Formats: sequence, C-alpha cells, structure tokens
Amino acid sequence: MMAYLGRRLGQAALLLVVVSMIGFAILHLAPGGPMAQYAMGSNMSQEDLDRIAAQLGLDRPLPVQYAEWFWRMLGGNWGTSYRGGQPVLHVIGSHLGATLELMLTATLIAVVLGCWIGILGAIRRYSVFDYLATIGAMVALSIPTFWFGLVAIFIFSVELGWMPAGNRQTIGDGSLLDMLHHLIMPALVLALVETAIWSRFMRSSMLDVVNQDYIRTARAKGLPEWRVLSDHAFRNALLPMITVAGLQLPTLLGGALVTETVFTWPGMGRLFLDSIEYRDYPVVMGILMFSASLVLIGNLLADMLYAVADPRIRLG
Amino acid sequence: MEAGSGDILLEVEKLAIRFRTHGGESAAVSDVSFCLKRGETLAMVGESGSGKSVTSLALMRLLPKAPLCTVSGSVRLRGKDGGMLDVLSLPESRMRAVRGDNVSMVFQEPMTSLNPVQTIGAQITETIRLHRPMGRRAADEEAVRLLDLVGIPAARQRLTAYPHQLSGGMRQRAMIAMALSCEPSVLIADEPTTALDVTIQAQILDLLRRLQEQTGMAVIFITHNLGVVAEIADRVMVMYAGRVVEQADVVPLFRQPLMPYTQGLLRSVPRLDLAGRRTGALSAIRGNVPDPRRPPPGCAFHPRCDFFVGGRCDVQAPALDVTSDDRQVRCLRWSEIAA
Amino acid sequence: MSTTTQLLPATPADEALPPRNTAWRRFRRHRLAMLGAAIILILVLGSYAGPYLIPYNDTYIDIMQRFAPPFSGAHVLGTDELGRDMLARLMMGGRISLAVGFTAMLISMVIGISVGAIAGYYGGVVGSALMRFVDAVLCFPTIFLLLALAALIDPGVTSITLLIAATAWMDVARIVEGQIRALRERDFAVAAEALGASDRYIVFRELVPNAVAPIVVAATLNVAKAILLESYVSFLGYGIQPPVPSWGNMLNNAQIYLTSAPWLAILPGLLITLAVTSFNFLGDGLRDALDPRMESH
Repeated sequence: MMAYLGRRLGQAALLLVVVSMIGFAILHLAPGGPMAQYAMGSNMSQEDLDRIAAQLGLDRPLPVQYAEWFWRMLGGNWGTSYRGGQPVLHVIGSHLGATLELMLTATLIAVVLGCWIGILGAIRRYSVFDYLATIGAMVALSIPTFWFGLVAIFIFSVELGWMPAGNRQTIGDGSLLDMLHHLIMPALVLALVETAIWSRFMRSSMLDVVNQDYIRTARAKGLPEWRVLSDHAFRNALLPMITVAGLQLPTLLGGALVTETVFTWPGMGRLFLDSIEYRDYPVVMGILMFSASLVLIGNLLADMLYAVADPRIRLG
Repeated sequence: MEAGSGDILLEVEKLAIRFRTHGGESAAVSDVSFCLKRGETLAMVGESGSGKSVTSLALMRLLPKAPLCTVSGSVRLRGKDGGMLDVLSLPESRMRAVRGDNVSMVFQEPMTSLNPVQTIGAQITETIRLHRPMGRRAADEEAVRLLDLVGIPAARQRLTAYPHQLSGGMRQRAMIAMALSCEPSVLIADEPTTALDVTIQAQILDLLRRLQEQTGMAVIFITHNLGVVAEIADRVMVMYAGRVVEQADVVPLFRQPLMPYTQGLLRSVPRLDLAGRRTGALSAIRGNVPDPRRPPPGCAFHPRCDFFVGGRCDVQAPALDVTSDDRQVRCLRWSEIAA
Repeated sequence: MSTTTQLLPATPADEALPPRNTAWRRFRRHRLAMLGAAIILILVLGSYAGPYLIPYNDTYIDIMQRFAPPFSGAHVLGTDELGRDMLARLMMGGRISLAVGFTAMLISMVIGISVGAIAGYYGGVVGSALMRFVDAVLCFPTIFLLLALAALIDPGVTSITLLIAATAWMDVARIVEGQIRALRERDFAVAAEALGASDRYIVFRELVPNAVAPIVVAATLNVAKAILLESYVSFLGYGIQPPVPSWGNMLNNAQIYLTSAPWLAILPGLLITLAVTSFNFLGDGLRDALDPRMESH
C-alpha cells in the first residue's frame, strides 16, 4: 500500500505544481497583472508604480517571480483582499463553512438516492424503472442548475410559500430548525445533478459486479438473493464509487457556486462572484487556486480511502 | 437395479434447456439423461459450448429466470432425509436450502470465484452458518477443520487472509473447503483444475478423490481434459452441441470409443500409455462447434465427421442407442464403424 | 489522476467498425436519439427561420405592453420587462445559444483532438507533459475557471465562444489520447511507419479515422455542455451581453420578476433544457450505434 500511496502522493504533488503554473499564468493575464491594485484608480505616478513593482519583485524574470509566488502560497500567504484588506485565506475561510454545509448535505442526498436508483436499475435491468431512471438522469444532467433553482423558488417559495427563497437563516433566528429549513431547498437543487451522476455510475458498477464469478459462488452457497446483493455485490460495487466521489468534486463545486448565487447563500461561490464584481483579483485568484487544491486533495483522499477499503491494495 | 435404488443420489431425465437471445431462441441442451450413485464420479466431457456448464448450472437452478431461459425434463436429488426432491419444481426458498447443503459447486476460476473483499474465513463460515445452527466461534473452528482437511497449511492463520494473498492452488483448495462445508451428497466440479498448473492439478485431483472416499459423495466432474477424465472418472458422458453423444464406463470408453467425435477427442490427446503402441501426430478435430442458434440438420457432428455419409448423416438425426453392454451412443453408423 | 476512465473504459477498437448501414439501422432504432434529432431540427429551424414568420422584432420595445403574460394577447408567449416580444427574443436567443454551442464545440474539438493526438502519438515526455496539463486544467471547476477568465476580458459573442472552447476541450483530449495510444500499438501503424509515411500522415490519415466513433459522440455531448456553460456565464452576467439575447442572459434578470412574471424565467430555461437534453440523447444514440462495446450497459 505504501508504494501505491507514495506514487499517488507524487502524482498529486506534480499536479499541484502544474495547477499553480496555470494559476500564475492567469494572474499575469489580468489587466495590470499583480499591479492592478495600484494601477487602478489611484493617482500614483509612473515612478511610484515602478518603485512598487521593484519592491514586489515584478522586475525580476518570470520564473523567479513564479518560484517566489509559489513559495508564498505554500506558506499560506495568499495576498490581501482589495475590498476588506483582510488576508485572502482568512476571507475564504469565513465563507467556507456555508459552502461545505451545502455541499456535504447535497452529497449525502445524492449518494443515498443515486446508489438506490443505480442498484435498482442494475438488478432490474431493462425494466420500466430502469428506462425511466436512465431518461431521468439524462434530463437531470441537462437542466441548468440555476434555472432548476429558480423554478424551485417559484413553486415552493412564491406559489406555495413553504420554503424561504434564500439565505442561510432568518436574521435574528439561529435555531437549527430554521437553518435546516433554509438548507433543504438549495441542497436538493444542488443534489439533482449529483444524484443523476451517482445513479449512472452506481448502475454500471453494479452491473459489472453482478456478472462476476463470485456472485455465482454466493448464489451456489444458497444465500438468498438480497444477501447476495447486499453482502457480496454491494460492497464490491461501492469500491469504485470512492473514486467517483473524488472525481465529482469539480462538478460539485461548480454547482455550489451557481446554487449559492440563486439562493443568496453566503458561501465561497457567492464570494467568488462578488469578488469578480469588485475586481478583487487576489480573492478571485485565491478562490480559483483554493478550489483547484480542494479538488486535488479530494482526489488524493479518495485514492487513499480506496487503498484502505480494498484489501487487494491495502495488503497487496 | 431395484435393490440399489437407495444408492442413487441424482437422477436426470430428458433435461432440456433453451435460451432466448436477441438472435432468436436456441436449444443449449436437449435430451440429457443420467444418474449418479453414491461414491461415483461422472465426467462430463466436451468442447466449450457443448452444454456441460449449462447443464451443471441447471442442476443447481442457477440459470437465468423464465423468459430468458426455460428448463424442462426432470432432476431428482436425494434429500438429507433420504427422500427424492424434484429440483425443477421446488419453491425457491427450499431450493436455497438445497444449494450449498445437498449439492455444491466448485468453479473453474479460483481467481475470480472468491469474493475479493471478504476473508477466506468469512466466506467459509457464511456457508456453514447459513445451513447449520452454529455460532461464530464454532463456525470458525469448523472452517479451520475444513481448511486443514483440504490441506491448507497454517489453516488458522488463513482464516483472516484475503483471496489475493493465496496462490491459485490454495484458492482452489479453499473453494473446495467451502463447497464441502455442509457435506453435500453431490459435488459439481466445473473444470476445477483448468486454471491451475500441472503439479497443482494432480494435487487437487488427489484431494478430491481422497475426500470422496471419506464422505461417499458423488462427483460430477466437468472437463475437456481427457487425461483428467482417465485419472478420476468412473463413468464418462461425452457431450456435443447440447446433446449426450456417448456414455460409458471409463475403461471401455477409452479402450473402444464408439462415436466418431469421442474417437476424435481421444486422438487429440497425447497419451503416455499408448505412446509405444500408436505412432503418428496428434490430430485435432477439424472445424468448429456449430452455432446453437443454427444447428446443422441431421447429426450435429456431421460437418466435422470422418465417417460422414451424404444423404444420411445430414438428413436423419440419430437417436441415443443403447448397446448390448449397456453403453449409450448417438450415431447412425456406430455399429458399422465399430465393425 | 489516472483513474478517471476506470468506469467508462475507452475500449480500443480492436475489431473493425461495424458496416455503416448496421450502425445507421441501430441509430434509427434508438427512439430517444431520433426524438433528440427531431427537436434539434425544430429548434434550429425555429431560431433561424422563425423570426421572419412573426410580426415582432426582438428589439422592439413596446412600453405599453410590459409583462404581458403568455397566451393572453397579440404576443403569443408574452412580453418581458421592456415589452419586447418573448417569442421573438427566444428565437434570436436560440440563434446565439445554438451558434455559440456549436462553434465552441468545433473549436474545442480541434484543440482536444490536436492535443490528444500529439500526446497519444508521441507519448514519452511530450505526451505525459501534455496529459498532466490536461489533468491540471481539469482540477479547476469549469465554471470558476470560465468566470475568472471572462472577468478578465471584454465579453462578447466571439470571446465567450473562445473561452467556452478553452474550458471544454480536455475530455476530448483524454479520449483521443487513450484511443490513439491503444491504436498505435496496432500493426497497421507500425506498417505505415515502416513504409516511411510521415508522422503527420500517420496521425491524421490513419489513426484519427479509427478514433472517429468516440470523437463523434464526444462532439455531440460537447455541444450540450457548451450550451449549458453559455447559459451559466450569461445568467451570471459575464457572458453574452444585452441587448443581444441569449437563452442564458434572458434569465439574468428573470429572478427579480419571479413573483410577477414567472414566464420570463420558465421559458428560456425550458428551451435550454430541451436543447441540452436533445443533444445528450443524440450523443447517447450515436454511442450505441457507432460502437456497441461502448454501450453504457
């Protein structure tokens, strides 16, 4: 397992370097580059600007600048927000909780619902349910998340009045019930696409497994079908899902951004859009790098979890 | 016959299996009849696609359900109480009690037939506890005894091993231990040694023979390896294109095969015992097994047969003849050929 | 992370592709794909011919007719907050959204096929450097990347199309790389090499045509993806800019009027969903028809 993890860790580190290079390139594409803060609006002379550029090390060759920038990022110095003057990581951190709350809830819903639909589709292959689930998943993957959110708000908030149309809680009411009430609709909206993806992967994984020889062995032992499925098929089918969970992270983060916008959810996605609005480049860059790192770490964690869960890797 | 009927453990009559596929319906197996006595080993021989494995799965009722696959005929199995069970009409819940208890199976691929994420111990005790009222601790002890019995060294430590940690031969031994855990009266071994190398093959055959002597179980041994057949079988059933084409005791069959297909099979095997007597190259049977959806008219073997006579073999389907010395053969010309 | 394709293995086409008429028959039998194709045809015809058939111009502001609900008067699908005819705007928006989706697909295919073919054919350092670049770009959530880039440029139809293409080529590159890497092991590539064919000849004349089935499928699905991405950035205000209508930016203001004029939000979204679903159905049907082994079970 150590060799496996070592290889994965090495790959992730290499990927982090390439990711940071892309980030650095985008940073320098921004109008004014890292100097935008000073160039915009202020009445500094060109001499002043040059002096600041020299102070920031911007007159040095790009590879040197990159190395320094990367080193600062690793050390947690991600710059300061133009807007509030706070460190970027601090700003991101204060919005992270809301996003994670939304993402985790949606994932929980998607995993339970998606696995259930996928398994049922696999064991009743070509049944009416299977066809409907297949078509439903394809439609779900085609619905723009924000529009689905708008329709949900229209039906459940505007027409029926059952759900709040946005925000994380009612001002002045911090009760758990109130928070859940606010959470449920955005989480379901975000879960739609994820459920569709999970159900498709689960179905195909389950179909792979139920045709394996050891399933026949389990039946030949005289196990009832539900035990064949739960004790032998399900556990094996779930293994590759760990990888799927890791690979879903970019989609999930992107979906969270859109959902947060529609439901004015005070998370990282909302922060990202606000920062773009105010041309707060350090925060925009920070979130971009942060989300890419989150994806990287998520995939690495999924790989490690897989290694622990699969005895062939754990003990092999 | 009447006196020894209590010794009959399995009786199969006119078993027929049909599959429905995209390309239409096809008869995978038809008109298969045989019976199996206590302590007896029946070898089912034939090329892949001849219906051996499908027949064995039908005996366990492990084939797909009705619209995809239909099984007719009768399969009667001696129950633990001594009475005969009508396997094909047993309700599913009773059938589950029979599987793994009265009949069990060892499969070809020890690599893929064991669940990769469960320990060997868990997979053996699962069977035991399914059919016997036994606690976890007692089942563990029983599993150790079984692993010992099949010759796995350091049996106790192996309980917590995963399949991938064992060699192919050890895995097959574990598989056999699992199959024997409830002392079945019939063991179906579907090419259990094909995936193993020759020395291991011999060990596994030895083991099966020894276990059979100890328990008196009957064994159906499916293989396409005639060397193995000579080693282990009492009786041989040769199958071709879903039909029994010859059935006889092992010694007469090897001495004088009646059906041209059996003769071809025997010619294609290198035989040490005959090396001095018969010279000449090994000959494989030319051509291929027919597509079960479009079986040739007449005798299914005629396009590949050396004794083929036009207007006869490709017109008339041969019946299964019983010879004077109680052998069975399905060939229009067997008596001419034998003469 | 190289485990992506575990569940959806890009099986090398180790047998010859089925004859075209078989593939065509399988495609014709795929009811959802035929439905998708029909809807796409209607949407394209409606968007391009439709505006000539209705009496309203999509930019005509009828201040007296603001927020006219659908099926209530002269405006069949109602009017928006400025009294512009919804049907006319949906048709013109359809032109933009479909054109952006299709063009972005074309560009992303060119980028993806080139990168994938180069990486797959040359392998080695060049190949793995390119594929690690692909992996790295895939770490960024597409919408984040798209918005960050869109914020840096002057948004317009061309620039947005280019940006969408720039964020949607990676999957194609992976598919093509995998296909080519598998195919180049096959003897005919070796044979062509032995005959002295140039590298470029081998890649584009012999290897790419063999990878054509998965590429066609990916292209179809990429149109769906590009239409979705356009709607996302435009909805968020960084895509196609008003007054040029697109299905995405028509939704941009709709949230404010959700209570009083829900059709402003419902209609464009329905069309987006319809178009994207149709392309997805079409892609699914093409996958089943062109390569039965790729069938998603």
